[in-house]
Amino acid sequence: MDAKDLKVVNKPVVKMDSMGLACGEPAFTDDVEFKGLLTAKILWSPHAHARIKKIDVSAALKVPGVKAVLTYKDLPRVPHTTAGQGYPEPSPYDTYTLDNKVRFVGDRVAAVAAETPEAAQEALSRIKVDYEILPAVLDTAEAMKEGAPVIHDEEDSKNIPDAKHNIAAKFEFQVKNGEWFKEADFVFEHTWSIPYLQHCALEPHVTIAHFDNAGRLVLRTSTQVPFHVRRIVAQALKIPVKKIRVVKPRIGGGFGSKQEVLLEDITAALALKTGRPVKLEYTRKETFISSRTRHPSRVRMKAGVKKDGTITDAAMEITLNTGAYGSHALTVMMCAGSHTLPMYRIKNNIRFVGKSVYTNMPVAGAYRGYGATQGFFAWECLMDMMAAKIGMDPVEFRKMNYIKLGEGSPVFKAMGEGREGVEQVITSTGLFEAIEKGVDEIKWTEKKAEYAKQTGPIRRGLGAACMMQGSGIPEVDMASATIKMNEDGSFNLLAGAADLGTGSDTVLAQIAAEVLGIKADDIIVTSSDTDITPFDVGAYASSTTFISGGAVKKAAEKVRDMIIEVGARILDEKKEDLRLECGKVVSKSGASCPLSEVANTSLYYYNQHQITASASHFAQSSPPPFQANFADVEVDTETGVVKILDYVSCVDCGTAINPVLAEGQNDGAVLNGISHTLSEEMEFSSNGTPLNASFRRYKILSAADTPRLRTFIIPTWEPAGPFGAKSVSEIGINGPLPAVANAIYDACGVWLFDAPFTPDRVLKAIKQRR
Amino acid sequence: MMKDKNPHFSFRLSCLVNGQETEREIESSRSLLEFIREDLGLKGTKEGCGEGECGACLVLVDGKAVNACLMTALQLQGKELVTIEGIKGRDGGLHPLQKTFMAEGAVQCGFCTPGLIVASEALLRRNPRATLGEIKLELTGNLCRCTGYEKVLSAVEKAKKLL
Ligand code: FES
Ligand code: FES
Repeated sequence: MDAKDLKVVNKPVVKMDSMGLACGEPAFTDDVEFKGLLTAKILWSPHAHARIKKIDVSAALKVPGVKAVLTYKDLPRVPHTTAGQGYPEPSPYDTYTLDNKVRFVGDRVAAVAAETPEAAQEALSRIKVDYEILPAVLDTAEAMKEGAPVIHDEEDSKNIPDAKHNIAAKFEFQVKNGEWFKEADFVFEHTWSIPYLQHCALEPHVTIAHFDNAGRLVLRTSTQVPFHVRRIVAQALKIPVKKIRVVKPRIGGGFGSKQEVLLEDITAALALKTGRPVKLEYTRKETFISSRTRHPSRVRMKAGVKKDGTITDAAMEITLNTGAYGSHALTVMMCAGSHTLPMYRIKNNIRFVGKSVYTNMPVAGAYRGYGATQGFFAWECLMDMMAAKIGMDPVEFRKMNYIKLGEGSPVFKAMGEGREGVEQVITSTGLFEAIEKGVDEIKWTEKKAEYAKQTGPIRRGLGAACMMQGSGIPEVDMASATIKMNEDGSFNLLAGAADLGTGSDTVLAQIAAEVLGIKADDIIVTSSDTDITPFDVGAYASSTTFISGGAVKKAAEKVRDMIIEVGARILDEKKEDLRLECGKVVSKSGASCPLSEVANTSLYYYNQHQITASASHFAQSSPPPFQANFADVEVDTETGVVKILDYVSCVDCGTAINPVLAEGQNDGAVLNGISHTLSEEMEFSSNGTPLNASFRRYKILSAADTPRLRTFIIPTWEPAGPFGAKSVSEIGINGPLPAVANAIYDACGVWLFDAPFTPDRVLKAIKQRR
Repeated sequence: MMKDKNPHFSFRLSCLVNGQETEREIESSRSLLEFIREDLGLKGTKEGCGEGECGACLVLVDGKAVNACLMTALQLQGKELVTIEGIKGRDGGLHPLQKTFMAEGAVQCGFCTPGLIVASEALLRRNPRATLGEIKLELTGNLCRCTGYEKVLSAVEKAKKLL
């Protein structure tokens, strides 16, 4: 099969939900009304570390309209993780729905449900808490020291490798082929850091818990992981899975922050307590402080290179700050190495040492890029340092060393997500073409020559960075789908996959439509309702197109075979001679019958049965998408202001099932990365209180701030993917930090090691150099 | 959730909502956004921050784009409110901006979309030939984390030709 034979896949089909969304139809969690809905609010900890000695809610309960106040005394004590991952999760079980200890400013203390938001707010102010304030630790290095305050001193948490030293996760691996750096002509070693960063999905976290007419709990929630929500809520509240239904409506963005079970457990507990529907919605400030963030990181990287461009050794040592809880602590840390170290051939020795460390700070979690953002910032800057030293063009240096078709890496097998990985070789790559396209679009050669002649305080420079990511978690992620046929030749696709605004419903419909020989709008998609759709791990790890798409394709193929069976009978032809095309069963002989006839025959006339099939998909590999990024920047060496003049990003995602949506994914990821590069950073007071928890003070880029930004899709064909597809959603966020850092070096000869590259940091680096 | 009405602070509000005469008894502290989403049940206008910093709540008041989270409902007295539900093409069907947002792929999660369409509509009504630079400036009040704005900007550019 080849991309040019495709009729629906690889076409810019209009996103199915876009009309309703553009017209303001009620589509999101909070867009429906429930009679008697109570408002929930949470009392947040004002202290970074404290034990609740006494908590008195009697005055709160007396506030008119207050229906329930919950503290740790009212709930079962179940250690669990909020990370929405496959079961058993590789993350520590260190979280309680409510606890008698608080571990950061913004941790949960108590929850209230009341008739009005005002009553709920009033009740919060009347909860009396007597805290025993404990010494807090805000820094990872301090937290690991002997005698540091122990953040998880509780007896019943599980899976914490070294609670006494606040280590939430650790992992090490090494490939040793001789003496370290023996062959290297030059050795480099530096440390790169990334601060606390926010997802900033425009829709804040929100959950509504209500009851169906059989008294079952229904959670309508803004989540990327409906099935994990069901399992974790059942676990945390000790109620059977069968009593819970999770419905995912349209989601206003997630970027990883909604790969967490954050609101659902407490909202469910309040609903169960009151017998009433309850809504909990975080304010923007609460979302900043009490949801999740990217893991702040320090990546120390050391690598050696020979004069001829051979990379001899590479060692990455990473310390992540996981904050007060260890959600995703192990897996993000491992992905910082597993997604990055295979990128280039390393001749002799490879080492990875990673730790995720508890502090009394906001909790880090999954964030688009998932560790690769941190890892590639270091690795790709180091690549440019090596290239500069040996006098090679950084693009040529990358071309010489990147992982080629048919090649593997010992890292694939050694490091997975939270456990050993899976051996694999590269089965598709368009990186060479991506680099060529980018060089051409950014005018690498011409501009390099032009910029070499610069004088004066304003300097321009070019930077490149190459990326890879995964497509799902091999031998872990599973997705499934069901397709059934209707009388008119349309089909229902019931997919477990969670479209969080990415367009996956449309992409999955295109895959089904391609197999069934119909138009995408003949597929009616219902996704992620745990009562209706089959299981899917959810939308994370860049898995939906590759894994859920694989399940949809298999289900559609089964349905196709069933249709052909009936068609053969109607047309009185051999099955082998039949195919599906343009809504018909078509024979080699030229005879045909419409799908509606097939449906009606099967439903009403002959050998009656519903044409329907389900299928699951589980992948043995995680074919990486590849990307080449190019930044053209201007640095004012007197003010330190960095301007991006042009950013080109060329991505090989296999077949883009929907090229417009794929471009959109990449554009958004790249701009998020540029925003990380130039401005984003959460600030804290000396006791760990966030200081800039609002859009005005935590700057994400607006339309006017957005530089010229261009995405080019480089088509390849991945044999393991549905119609040749790989993932596209995450990879783009990792490029801007190193590409811009490399461009700044090219412009004015200074390296930036700490994100974001604010004018004062740039100026400081320039001054130090002088 | 509707607040308990305190008759002491309640006033009669009459205004035009998406072309319809509307009269309600409204408390003086009620925000325009609460009035739209809760009292009128029009859910297309979103709340992304409640602080005037994201633009998800943008609506037209007498043709000007305003943040509904920053106004009180009573400030609407005698004025005309148009929400995303009232934005239509001349034929009563899709508005050109809605069409181009769909066609260009400018709608990802769609949470910011009503606000972006309202802001663009306000601009194009005022200045049908707005340049790309003017469009970018106008949209600085509307944050979008999904699209990188590229497709949003091309949707607005294309809509200019269809107006
Ligand atoms: S909700 Fe009004 S500007 Fe954000
Ligand atoms: S489309 Fe999601 S915020 Fe704009």
